[in-house]
Amino acid sequence: MESICAKFVSQKISKTRWRPLPAGSLQTAETFATGSWDNEDNYVSLWSIGDFGNLDSDGGFEGDHQLLCEIRHGGDVMDLQFFDQERIVAASSTGCITVFLHHTNNQTLSINQQWKTAHHHTKSYSAYRGAPCTGIVCDNPEIVTVGEDGRINLFRVDHKEAVRTIDNADSSTLHAVTFLRTPEIVTVNSIGQLKIWDFRQQGNEPAQILSLNGDRVPLHCVDRHPNQQHVVATGGQDGMLSIWDVRQGTMPVSLLKAHEAEMWEVHFHPSKPDHLFTCSEDGSLWHWDASIDMPEKSSLFHQGGRSSTFLSQSISNQANVQQSISSWLSTDPAKDRIEITSLLPTRTLSVNSLDVLGPCLVCGTDAEAIYVTRQLFS
Amino acid sequence: MEELDGEPVVTLIPGVNSKKQMCFDWGPGEILVCETFFNQKETSEMVPSCPFIHIIRKDVDVYSKILRKLFNESHGIFVGLQRIEEELNGKSRKAQLVRVSKNYRSVIRACMEEMHQVALAGKDGASGHQFSSQVSILSAMELIWNLCEILFIEVAPAGPLLLHLLDWVRLHVCEVDSLLADVLGTGNPSKHESFWNLVTILVLQGRLDEARQMLSREADANPASGDMCHILGDLMRTMPILSPGNTQTLTELELKWQHWREECERHLQDNTFAASPALESLCKIMLGDEATLLEQKELLNNWYHFLVTRLLYSHPTVKPIDLHIYAQSSLDMFLGGESSPEPLDNILMAAFEFDIHQVIKECSIALSNWWFVAHLTDLLDHCRLLQSHNLYFGSNMREFLLLEYASGLFAHHSLWQLGVDYFDHCPELGRVSLELHIERIPLITEQKALKVLRICEQRQMTEQVRSICKVLAMKALRDSRLGSALSWSIRAKDAAFATLVSDRFLRDYCEHGCFSDLDLIDNLGPAMMLSDRLTFLGKYREFHRLYGERCFSGASALLLSLMTSRIAPRSFWMTLLTDALPLLEQKQVIFSAEQTYALMRCLEDLTSRKLECEEPDAQKPQDDDIETTKLEMLRLALARNLARAIIKEGSLEGS
Repeated sequence: MESICAKFVSQKISKTRWRPLPAGSLQTAETFATGSWDNEDNYVSLWSIGDFGNLDSDGGFEGDHQLLCEIRHGGDVMDLQFFDQERIVAASSTGCITVFLHHTNNQTLSINQQWKTAHHHTKSYSAYRGAPCTGIVCDNPEIVTVGEDGRINLFRVDHKEAVRTIDNADSSTLHAVTFLRTPEIVTVNSIGQLKIWDFRQQGNEPAQILSLNGDRVPLHCVDRHPNQQHVVATGGQDGMLSIWDVRQGTMPVSLLKAHEAEMWEVHFHPSKPDHLFTCSEDGSLWHWDASIDMPEKSSLFHQGGRSSTFLSQSISNQANVQQSISSWLSTDPAKDRIEITSLLPTRTLSVNSLDVLGPCLVCGTDAEAIYVTRQLFS
Repeated sequence: MEELDGEPVVTLIPGVNSKKQMCFDWGPGEILVCETFFNQKETSEMVPSCPFIHIIRKDVDVYSKILRKLFNESHGIFVGLQRIEEELNGKSRKAQLVRVSKNYRSVIRACMEEMHQVALAGKDGASGHQFSSQVSILSAMELIWNLCEILFIEVAPAGPLLLHLLDWVRLHVCEVDSLLADVLGTGNPSKHESFWNLVTILVLQGRLDEARQMLSREADANPASGDMCHILGDLMRTMPILSPGNTQTLTELELKWQHWREECERHLQDNTFAASPALESLCKIMLGDEATLLEQKELLNNWYHFLVTRLLYSHPTVKPIDLHIYAQSSLDMFLGGESSPEPLDNILMAAFEFDIHQVIKECSIALSNWWFVAHLTDLLDHCRLLQSHNLYFGSNMREFLLLEYASGLFAHHSLWQLGVDYFDHCPELGRVSLELHIERIPLITEQKALKVLRICEQRQMTEQVRSICKVLAMKALRDSRLGSALSWSIRAKDAAFATLVSDRFLRDYCEHGCFSDLDLIDNLGPAMMLSDRLTFLGKYREFHRLYGERCFSGASALLLSLMTSRIAPRSFWMTLLTDALPLLEQKQVIFSAEQTYALMRCLEDLTSRKLECEEPDAQKPQDDDIETTKLEMLRLALARNLARAIIKEGSLEGS
């Protein structure tokens, strides 16, 4: 993986997201958004990895990403999601949710919509105290947000007010959210629980609670398998990767020892779901490949061997392994062949965020660098 | 106390009346300054002329956006350098260190180039000027670093030393390249007005091949001087130079060089170049003629270029220890008593004298940031050049400089994360400094708090972990986020705080009759053991769950054990006994006779104590009425239950 390209950008990057490609498009990804945190002024920025720099430059590297435009953002960018081709939703540490609109004709960003008090503490010592919004997920036209105040908000992009709010949905901090099936969402919290909510149900009780037994290790990120909606991956404070089958059991199907510190994000590859990507506070970025089932492939860990401390701890508590083809749910240790590659050349400060789209991957770090690779599967 | 090296610089703070009394306070990287009312006689003058508190920052460069890249990128190199430490020895170690040094330099260069671009693009003059002054500072840093690399890290012996110095000069006096392109770009180079300047510079820098090519162009264009050009070109070609792959000894080289030099001298005496002053001057330069060299002051730019050219043509096999003699005389000759040496000159001179401490000292005074000295000193320390030097305060010099630099980073709102690794590599005072700094980082979001906590936990800084968790727990408590507050106090293993939060939970329960945050309380697990009150909270909730699930015998046993084991606070006993009422009134007998006795004992215990410490008029009679009714109901229920239990137990035994 020699073709990873780094650029220092003078701000700590909290989130990186590829702009989705138009349906049916044959292009590869070329624009991504980043959000910064812990600066005096934080920004949401758009970058291009287009080829325009190639012809004239003699010193510029091929694929060096260029800044397209940026806009100031109040507070840390806690989460960032593309709503559609032009609109980006940003979550702030002030509790504000902002929809930014990208004008492609003159390369500028403007505020399209804002919910200023989406997350706040209701019974605070001061009159009003915003609570950081920690996660958002978009499914046109809906936006779901979760925050440190334990609240879940459901917004519709053309509505001024929240369509639905679940106060005190969680007694602890909600760290991330994602859609399971359209009216259902799954959230993870700081006491190791995974909760499934159904917006068709009234009241503020979750439809289902799954949890890690024992140590109540906080979960920081969650992603759903793109094709098998019952398969969910989460990452925890101890760097463990957990795979859950939400149809059965209240415990994870498997726990995989992964990073040495908080796992900040986990993503299934959108079109090749046998590939999974994780990043962590310990400064590493890993590519998990579960597609290998050829027994003749002798070496389990190939060249990127920094990560060979990998140790599989699959818990075989599922007696009735269904005939599902998902390689993530297989609990047979003999078949449990997951190849892990470390994608970053050297250990840096925390890798806060990553995103994959097609053969492209982008990640951002606290060392103020953005890494991009365009040949994930070469 | 050592003597001062110079008068301290006076900094005027805009907006502050310096005639008034000022007060200040030290911060880690900053000073707070404000005006005071001290020594003012009339109250009418009490109006403060400046109502502000000023923050004076010491390390301004930390706040430059472009220099942040330098800090971040060099942080990676620094951490890498600390890792290679013990593994290597001898030659490979030296090669590694040279590579690290080159990495540092390339980061400085990248930063310099970006700064240069910004300076060019900058429209307004003021900021443009600021950027170009930054460029010159960075360029000076790189110049010094490069020289230090050659002299201290590479430790080149006689011979190769000169080659390195030539590279050094060529890299930093680089105007010649644009001039070369400019001259070659015209159709007829030899007619270009700067043609002879260019050839002279090439010769001054020892780029003889290129100079020869230029001369052959002149020969083509001007057949009259063709012969002379060819002769000089031959002299250039035959000049013996030590090439890196060559195995010849220095003595051989010196012998050949003497022969070549004699040939040059002969041509000069024969007036071979008399017809062309330019060519004659070139020949004189190649003989190292100092007067001719000094005529080219404009083209040489600076004294160290003069030094290197002089060495090249008169002492090509100069030894490192003799370097400072030539350096000093070159500086004196070049300045010619007209101007005094500047800080940069002093630094370079100190380097030529191999006085590392002087270099670092001068750099510390002259440069506006700690980045340079901290990193250079650390690198030189890894070359084992600084071990003998201990300061009379704190630790050694390397550590002192690293601490200063890291403290500067910690004063910055965003770069503090970089500082952590620098503190880690200060064996003596690093940890204490980190402990003091890390607690003072403002925590706005939990995510940031988690990052800070991770830093503390990795270093077993339990005291800081406790304090950070406590801050977060307190914050959550104030926001009435009891669940969060409890989670944080569990993480801090703070029993007292867990008790406090548990009491809040119980109070809320007494007020509202139901528990909040069940998802947390039901899943406490082993964390429940942290404090008695928390255990009680968890167990009491378990009682409610059992009761809700109609698991009465389990519920009753649990309820009783909460009181008999004294886990339940006495203030809560009445509530517990009231909770027992419905159980006592169930159709089937739940509390055994023995358990009922125990309950009665608890009740009597409670009432007798109450009587003892009762204050006559503190309680309202209305409350008393309710209390008495409750008591009577309880006593009645207990007595009835006892009766039923005795009958049941007796008949069971009988059957």
